Amino acid sequence: MSSRDRVLGRVRRALADVTPHDGPYEEAVGRDYLREHGERTTGRTVELLAENLADYRAIVHRAGAEELPDLVARLLAGRGSREVLVPPGLPPGWLSAADVVRVQDLAESTPQRLDRVDSVVTGCAAAIAETGTIVLDGSPDQGRRRISLVPDHHICVVRVPEQVVSSVPQALERLDPVRPLTWISGPSATSDIELDRVEGVHGPRTLEVILLG
Amino acid sequence: MSRTFVGMPASPPPAHPAFPKAARDAVRNPTLRENLRHATHTIRAKRAKAVAELSDWAGLREAGRRIKDHTLHHLDRYLEQLEESVTAAGGTVHWAADAEEANRIVAALVKETGESEVVKVKSMATQEIGLNEALEAEGIRAYETDLAELIVQLGKDRPSHILVPAIHRNRGEIRDIFRAEMGAWGRPAPEGLSDTPAELAEAARLHLREKFLRAKVGISGANFMVAETGTLVVVESEGNGRMCLTLPETLISVVGIEKVVPTWRDLEVFLQTLPRSSTAERMNPYTSMWTGTTDGDGPRTFHLVLLDNGRTDTLADRVGRQALRCIRCSACLNVCPVYERAGGHAYGSVYPGPIGAILSPQLRGTASEIDASLPYASTLCGACYEVCPVAIDIPEVLVHLRERVVQGGPAVRRGDKVVLKPAKGHAAERAAMRAARWAFTHPGALRAGQRLASRTRRLHPRALPGPGRAWSGTRDLPAVPAEPFRDWWQRTQGESGEQGAGK
Amino acid sequence: MRVALFLTCVNDTLYPDTGRATVKLLTRLGVDVDFPSGQSCCGQAHYNTGYRHEAEPLARHFSDVFGGYDAIVTPSGSCGAMVRELYPRMGERARAEGRGDALARTLAPVVPKTYELTEFLVDVLGVTDVGARYPHKVTYHPTCHGLRSLGLGDRPRRLLRAVRDLELVELPGAEECCGFGGTFALKNAEVSAAMGADKVRSAESTGAQVLCAADNSCLMHIGGTMSRSGSTMRPVHIAEILASTEEEPAV
Repeated sequence: MSSRDRVLGRVRRALADVTPHDGPYEEAVGRDYLREHGERTTGRTVELLAENLADYRAIVHRAGAEELPDLVARLLAGRGSREVLVPPGLPPGWLSAADVVRVQDLAESTPQRLDRVDSVVTGCAAAIAETGTIVLDGSPDQGRRRISLVPDHHICVVRVPEQVVSSVPQALERLDPVRPLTWISGPSATSDIELDRVEGVHGPRTLEVILLG
Repeated sequence: MSRTFVGMPASPPPAHPAFPKAARDAVRNPTLRENLRHATHTIRAKRAKAVAELSDWAGLREAGRRIKDHTLHHLDRYLEQLEESVTAAGGTVHWAADAEEANRIVAALVKETGESEVVKVKSMATQEIGLNEALEAEGIRAYETDLAELIVQLGKDRPSHILVPAIHRNRGEIRDIFRAEMGAWGRPAPEGLSDTPAELAEAARLHLREKFLRAKVGISGANFMVAETGTLVVVESEGNGRMCLTLPETLISVVGIEKVVPTWRDLEVFLQTLPRSSTAERMNPYTSMWTGTTDGDGPRTFHLVLLDNGRTDTLADRVGRQALRCIRCSACLNVCPVYERAGGHAYGSVYPGPIGAILSPQLRGTASEIDASLPYASTLCGACYEVCPVAIDIPEVLVHLRERVVQGGPAVRRGDKVVLKPAKGHAAERAAMRAARWAFTHPGALRAGQRLASRTRRLHPRALPGPGRAWSGTRDLPAVPAEPFRDWWQRTQGESGEQGAGK
Repeated sequence: MRVALFLTCVNDTLYPDTGRATVKLLTRLGVDVDFPSGQSCCGQAHYNTGYRHEAEPLARHFSDVFGGYDAIVTPSGSCGAMVRELYPRMGERARAEGRGDALARTLAPVVPKTYELTEFLVDVLGVTDVGARYPHKVTYHPTCHGLRSLGLGDRPRRLLRAVRDLELVELPGAEECCGFGGTFALKNAEVSAAMGADKVRSAESTGAQVLCAADNSCLMHIGGTMSRSGSTMRPVHIAEILASTEEEPAV
């Protein structure tokens, strides 16, 4: 007998007392909870996103389309970043004012190579106001998962209000599970020392979020 | 098929002293007591605040309970669906009936890659099966990359908490471990390392970075597996999970079969309840979700090892199966007054605290000394049930397992129906319980006993010798009154009262 | 309304003062209270230690003795929770074991009629000021089964706040278990004692003279710890405080 058959057989025998539910799944579970917490205007939802991002130590900036290139340039210069990782589909204008070396994430680039890059600039797939979360899904303006992981400085541009949702349930509705997803809420952190949160372990230690709109 | 059964739990019985004995050392260790008190009290207050932010917490908790119960009740259906989805997305699914088989599968998969080291993201399932030791025996070195796991691994220590395995260590102890041990495993601790948490985190970052960047094989668990899409989810804080899940060429995930949920939408419940229950955050810093393999992004090869190892035995128990709802948040540990004093090591398992006290004796059976004592490692105060985000009635299961210990009875071990014998060492207690039951159903005898106690009360000591010292070693006995209440009542109110059907 | 006092075996044997206080208090509030002498033990110690089958005859006996009353009042959150929460569960288990509905049917009538004392006062009698006077500084420890199984909430505190000349001070970490836990106190004596000692320390930090609770078994553990450590605080059951008046003060 294969282990698959053994385990499934055990499961079936273990459930001998259970009458299976054959109706639609949603009927079986019922969901008596909210789709979002509280009613807010679009503007207020964006405000909440900014507050919650900042609460977990992301640095939040705002810019209109014309100001964005200068802001990005200023942020990179402020950190002294020389090399910047660029996803393949990043709008070219975003880095147009920055005096930096643009590094493409090539198939042959090793993680060690990426580790020498100072910063990365990406877009995002969605942002969640209630939790202060940005979600990347590997679209061309975000690139592969590793590029927003290895560099120590991540600048993420969120188009507001269109990319902002209120809540976790609303975010899941928008996201495609087939794509590799990374949910980011602040810079990397740990609670492993005395159960107290400290920022800055393996992921980017500085997360800057630009609300573009 | 049914047979009398005495030993052979699903994993070898742990050679670990019973809980009361193991807890004694912790209770007498003031540093450990203070470390645990500080950490658990810090997180308790924060959790309460994070939960209070959501007005629909009760609804989320109930939905979580229902989703998990429904899934468990149809587990075969959802496991088959999951296998199909993962396979369609480019992954390979393996099934492991027990720890030994899971270890064998993982070791073989690592060997196929030709590698002799792997990076690991914290996973309860791989700890439960002793994967690191099994790989070591095959000449493969496993590096733990979670900060707390690193502290435990470097300190040649055992984990004592589900979420924060090094909770029993304070910052000073962690600094000493890093200074003494990091060099033997790779990059040594920086000169002059202090005990500030930020510097300790930085030291871990530097130490592990070279390992992440060169790793070819990553090993993980998963918090959730979605049957309809084949998506796996890992919830973490530090970024070590993202490193292990995305940089290596091969990813092997070892996941308990109870971690499956039916639909993508179900994540909307648990991604709200898990972070708030566990680290008391609105959302944890990083959550990774992947479905099979993706061309040009992340590992090219993905293996999923579905682990039973006592879970189906637990599933067969109508009362005990609710323990399989657990999402490993550790809120029950943080709120437990017994855990706070006894520490995690006393539980003799990778699953300490209240959830461990109901999970270990089910996954491993109640044959060993430690497993037979765990159901009693609780005052039944109910704080664990109150905070559980999937409403596991831990006190209910504890009492149920106490019954199994003292009475024995039918159970399932390794898929076979067995009849357990009552555990040893409860004969005197059983006799006392029977005698008390007899006296309580014969009020005449009860009254005679009460009167005898009252009449001889001046002779009663306030402390007891022998086994009675369990009480009176630290507590005075109450004084026995001059007369029991019922005598006063009879004297002053007469026999006017309803006699009921007292026999 | 025919009201029965379910005093509990522990109170009957060791804490008759609590019984007398409960009778005095209820009588003062116009309740005609009876003490059915056939009563003994609800079976909680048996049930919670794993001897459910030994607890069943005790539960049936309880139902026989108390089934005919309109309300059953007990000065114990823990024993009250046994009847209200665990009797129905015993019935379900018997059913699941293929023993039919007999036990569930026998126990069902007493379940909704059983009230913990403070619940009976606030919810059934609708009083919070019971006319008591108690000129002492008091801190209140909510015992676990009253707090979490019965959901007594702030009822005991509301009753205490209405007592004349009583100064109520908050107990830090009030909702944390005292470490009694029935047979836990013996089986895990060291952890139990450590929890008890911490509870006493918290209570002493309030500067109160009296630690009040609605369960004498927890007070036996806390009080035994206090007396061993030479504390000057006294453990007092809430019934004794509520029964105390200007004319007949509690000792």
